[in-house]
Amino acid sequence: MSRPIKMSLGDEAPYAILWEDIMTNTFKAVLLGGAAALALGTAAQAQDTTACLITKTDTNPFFVKMREGASAAAEAAGITLQTYAGTIDGDVESQVAAVETCIAAGASGILITPSDSRALAPVIGQAREAGILVIALDTPFEPADTADATFATDNFRAGELIGEWAAATLGEEAANARIALLDLNASEVSVDYLRDNGFLQGFGIDIMDPTDIGDETDPRIVGNDVTNGNEEGGRTAMENLLQVDPSVNVVYTINEPAAAGAYEALRAFGLEDQALIVSVDGGCPGVQNVAEGVIGATSMQFPLLMASLGIDAIVQYAADGTLPENSPGLDFFNTGVQLVTDHPVEGIESISSEEALDLCWG
Amino acid sequence: MAEQPTASGQEYEKSLGQSDARVAEFEKRRHTPLQRVQHILHSNPTMVPVIVLMMACVAFSIIAGERFYRPFNLGLIMQQVSIIGILAAAQSLVIITAGIDLSVGALMVFASVVMGMLGVNLGLPSGIAILLGVGLGVTGGMLNGFFVTKLRLPPFIVTLGTWSVFLSVLRLLTGSQSIRSQDIDATAPLLKFFGHHIDIGTPPAGARITFGVLLMFAVFGVLWYVLNKTAWGRHVYAVGDDIEAAELSGIRTKRVLLSVYMLAGGVAAIAAWASIGRVGAISPNGFAEANLQSITAVVIGGISLFGGRGSILGPLFGALIVGTVESGLRLAGLDVQWQIFSIGWLIIIAVAIDQWIRKVSA
Repeated sequence: MSRPIKMSLGDEAPYAILWEDIMTNTFKAVLLGGAAALALGTAAQAQDTTACLITKTDTNPFFVKMREGASAAAEAAGITLQTYAGTIDGDVESQVAAVETCIAAGASGILITPSDSRALAPVIGQAREAGILVIALDTPFEPADTADATFATDNFRAGELIGEWAAATLGEEAANARIALLDLNASEVSVDYLRDNGFLQGFGIDIMDPTDIGDETDPRIVGNDVTNGNEEGGRTAMENLLQVDPSVNVVYTINEPAAAGAYEALRAFGLEDQALIVSVDGGCPGVQNVAEGVIGATSMQFPLLMASLGIDAIVQYAADGTLPENSPGLDFFNTGVQLVTDHPVEGIESISSEEALDLCWG
Repeated sequence: MAEQPTASGQEYEKSLGQSDARVAEFEKRRHTPLQRVQHILHSNPTMVPVIVLMMACVAFSIIAGERFYRPFNLGLIMQQVSIIGILAAAQSLVIITAGIDLSVGALMVFASVVMGMLGVNLGLPSGIAILLGVGLGVTGGMLNGFFVTKLRLPPFIVTLGTWSVFLSVLRLLTGSQSIRSQDIDATAPLLKFFGHHIDIGTPPAGARITFGVLLMFAVFGVLWYVLNKTAWGRHVYAVGDDIEAAELSGIRTKRVLLSVYMLAGGVAAIAAWASIGRVGAISPNGFAEANLQSITAVVIGGISLFGGRGSILGPLFGALIVGTVESGLRLAGLDVQWQIFSIGWLIIIAVAIDQWIRKVSA
């Protein structure tokens, strides 16, 4: 999937950058710029540079893969990487302790997927005062400039893509759709409301408050339920909403494991052919489920890219103090999102599940 | 009894006949209706959950209407509680010995993942994968039992520790990645045995009973027999009621305790097999709160946390109460937070009732 290219810099230690095949030209330009800056700077520093990666949990393969990507990139760059994770989503205390440990360890940079977009602000402030580069991965802080930079999926756009696809696939029937929304959990974190509201907007539904889940009044919505992002929760939530209305024909899911659970429930009710399931993630089991028709379409995100870009930014910052920049027009650096479906519709760019199997992340 | 003075008796004895003929006896107090209820509940501890379950069914039939009480929904509630129900049976065994098992949920997920990895990923025959999974459950339970009996550590501490240990090993093994339903179907369909079902009447109107639901009833039936009709079962209660008295009366308390933890682990592993049928997929991230949910079912089912008292059938009703309340509130259209709120109060009320029953006066 990715191959390290080593660039020897004279008698300095060899410095490597992990290339991702999926990288667009924009990403390449950013990285080439970074590599050029490094070539002029002091690459020897890389050897005693320490970076920290703090993820939300280890219960989500997304974060596990992100850590693997960061470890590979750090090894290639010749820097030390310390990794930490909370025990559950929302485990702020563990993340605060991890940031404090990184400050004490004299890290050059911290990559963090904040479990709480607001509660971590004070400790992040301390880290930045200590001269540490802080980059939010995957989940932005509120406000986003709490961190020096954010490398994330545009989760609203990820939702919007599958919403547009579902509406286009139904065609005129979209006006009579019966929509079930399978969300993450009762805390309504940013990823959760961004994807949910993005989907609804893409489908053509008035989303009211864009940070609130379930405040919509559109009669096409059957209901919302929570899944904890896994198969068990997805199945139970789908059963519950089918009890409310068995005519559900569009199912939005927060991620692919929840989608797989929803499909099991539909199959048990004998309704698997009646409903379109859409999701977000791009994990390999999810893409496989697109190939087998379980999931109609999914928005793929790129955790390995987030991680490797983050490591590269820290290496660059340690070398010459250069700060990463955001994507034009956004308050974060967009690591991209790609619609995956075997039933493409006109006007929405997508790739097939076969192509996606080469890009999926675990 | 006082003798009646005979005709031949002394003169002074004649007055004996007028004296109170009763010897020492218990004072007969008048019982208030409430005290009578207390007495009845003391001798029939399962009555409380049965009454609460019936009240909940009536209440939600009125609030949520036909959608709640039709057979299909009642069958669905049983499906949704079946796994927690079986786990609650395992939990009850430990709680009757005045212990607690916080690791029972993690052990179940561990066993299900091991069954999946052996049966699906390694392609071992399903029967062997299941046997090894059950063996893992028994071994995990034995580990708990060893620490509790040999090292005399409190069960709360031991199982708090093994809970974390089981979860971390599980995540290291899997990278938090699920095994897909379709892959199980293709390679090891026996793992999904308990997902098969019998329809009573025709869906969507009729009830659907999965083999997992039948298994839940069977587990409770067998355990009821064992606990009430065998010497081992009476020893379990004796150990829980007063371990020193049990020891003095010749019960090998350590051996009984160790066997209880092993049986609980084995039952948890059977729940693991059933959970694969219930969910469809095998996810290391599902059932994250299963241990607490099982304790909830046990407590609402009227088993005393102080040990030695309560019927094993109580937790069956406890689990059904939780499922009924959740389903009813959902169908009434209430936010998910109100389900959590209600279950919280149910727990407190259940323990309060238990305390009140324990204070029963002679």
